[in-house]
Amino acid sequence: MTDVMVDAEGVRKRFGRQEVLRGITLQVRSGEVMCIIGPSGSGKSTFLRCINHLEKVDAGRLTVDGQLVGYREHGGKLYELRDREVCERRADVGMVFQHFNLFPHMTALENVTVGPIRVKGEDKAVAVERAKQMLSRVGLAEKLEAYPRQLSGGQQQRVAIARALCMQPKLMLFDEPTSALDPELVSDVLDVMRSLADDGMTMIVVTHEIGFAREVGDSLVFMDEGVVVEAGPPKEVLSSPSQERTQIFLSRIL
Amino acid sequence: MANGRTRDLTAPTAMPVVPIRHPGRWVAAAVVVLLAAMLAHSLFFSHVVINGRTRERFEWNIINQYFLSSEILKALGVTIALTVVAMAGGITIGIILAIMRLSPNPIVTGSAWLYIWFFRGTPVLVQLLFWYNASYIFPSFSLGIPFGPALVHFNLNTWLTPFLVASVGLALNEGAYMSEVVRAGLISVDEGQTEAAQSIGMSRFMTLRLIVVPQAMRVIIPPTGNETISMLKTTSLASVVTVSELTFTVEQIMAADYRTVPLFMVASLQYLWVTSVLMAGQYYVERHYAKGSVRQLPPTPLQRLRRGLLIRPGKAGYGRFGEVYGAPFIKELP
Repeated sequence: MTDVMVDAEGVRKRFGRQEVLRGITLQVRSGEVMCIIGPSGSGKSTFLRCINHLEKVDAGRLTVDGQLVGYREHGGKLYELRDREVCERRADVGMVFQHFNLFPHMTALENVTVGPIRVKGEDKAVAVERAKQMLSRVGLAEKLEAYPRQLSGGQQQRVAIARALCMQPKLMLFDEPTSALDPELVSDVLDVMRSLADDGMTMIVVTHEIGFAREVGDSLVFMDEGVVVEAGPPKEVLSSPSQERTQIFLSRIL
Repeated sequence: MANGRTRDLTAPTAMPVVPIRHPGRWVAAAVVVLLAAMLAHSLFFSHVVINGRTRERFEWNIINQYFLSSEILKALGVTIALTVVAMAGGITIGIILAIMRLSPNPIVTGSAWLYIWFFRGTPVLVQLLFWYNASYIFPSFSLGIPFGPALVHFNLNTWLTPFLVASVGLALNEGAYMSEVVRAGLISVDEGQTEAAQSIGMSRFMTLRLIVVPQAMRVIIPPTGNETISMLKTTSLASVVTVSELTFTVEQIMAADYRTVPLFMVASLQYLWVTSVLMAGQYYVERHYAKGSVRQLPPTPLQRLRRGLLIRPGKAGYGRFGEVYGAPFIKELP
């Protein structure tokens, strides 16, 4: 196990003519909680999606747990990964989406167990047992048989977190997990994330929750127009930002 | 007040509700019932006089005589078999074409597009006649190495029976339409579902099978039911390639005994009851795939009937159409 979980070096990504990531360089250590903030369109979600192979990196190096994302290095050449290899690597990285993306035709329990049973080939009883523990950990022990539509936004997002956790990932990615929630439901989700961080999970959180970033985050990254403008311990970045763009952004949202 | 306590008359719960009257509804219902009675009379109880002889207008006795005759039942069997085989083939071809059209390979998408263009763009009647005469163009058919030696050899003249020609012809045509139905279903599923499935490590095929298709079914089933019911009647075109299905058989009987109208009634009634069975089947298949898409599944007609019979006046609850009845006070409403 390497000490560096995510290592990005000059990561670039373009969609057509628009370059969304223009050379991202950053490191996330094992057990670190990194929060990424920035205006919409700054490329923070795209960067997160690159880490989970949902987007292909155009240039630069991006490694997760020492493994190059999207390629296999062999004899001085880079080989594109096959579908199956990509799937194997994705299974080790959990992802939580802004709009939950729960499977609406499955109950909460089925949502959480489908990965371990179908992807990892785990024994059904074992997977169900762990799923129940996971769902009660996020406070949904009563909702095992509920379909996503019968749950509130906050409950759905907590099922989504449990779904990712049941794959026993070594890294969790959160893409604005509370942005689609009613204000009074946000804290339930943040509490779950906080307890995860306390357990030492490596997390990258794209968020607008400055309070969460300040209290829980080990580091804070401010991104704008596809580059990292400023990075450092959250309290420093938030209280005395050195860049003008960071100051302007923070003055608008705080 | 019965218990002697005073009630707060300003509280909304204490105020009786007077429902709106709908006299127009009663008038409309009366008109419809009258028209229905006239139709029923014309169908079952009226007579016509021709050359001094009186007969039933719709000759139900003749319809009755033919309805369960062995010829008709056998022909109905052929029609149903043709529908099942053609739809099974059509759905299979449709799924393959729909997946081909979503492929990143332009040759694959292009050929699927060409297939759909051709089979939707020519009349199915012409297609059937073409396949019927295919042995004129391809007298024999061989499987083997392309442009090389043949391994298996078929003589199409002996091999292609009318039933096979009709089912293959109908299936090929149906495949073009079904592919659009399936494709509509697949693209109706939110992209986020695929991403979520991939994020827990599912392969493309597994994502399609476990996540996308079950959700696409909700969109796919109603038009597929439509296509199946339409196919039941399109099989009557197989009469042009001498398949003894329902319409063809009825025409043959007519040619012998001139009972034109009653025999067409027989055919129509047969098509009608099979359609009814198909519609009932569709209802339950739809219900199955509605799982999770509504907070609570609506009751089936049977459950509604049972609930309807159990209504006791004066007791609040839900009626057979889901309406609230027996709720005199606002507080009863959610």
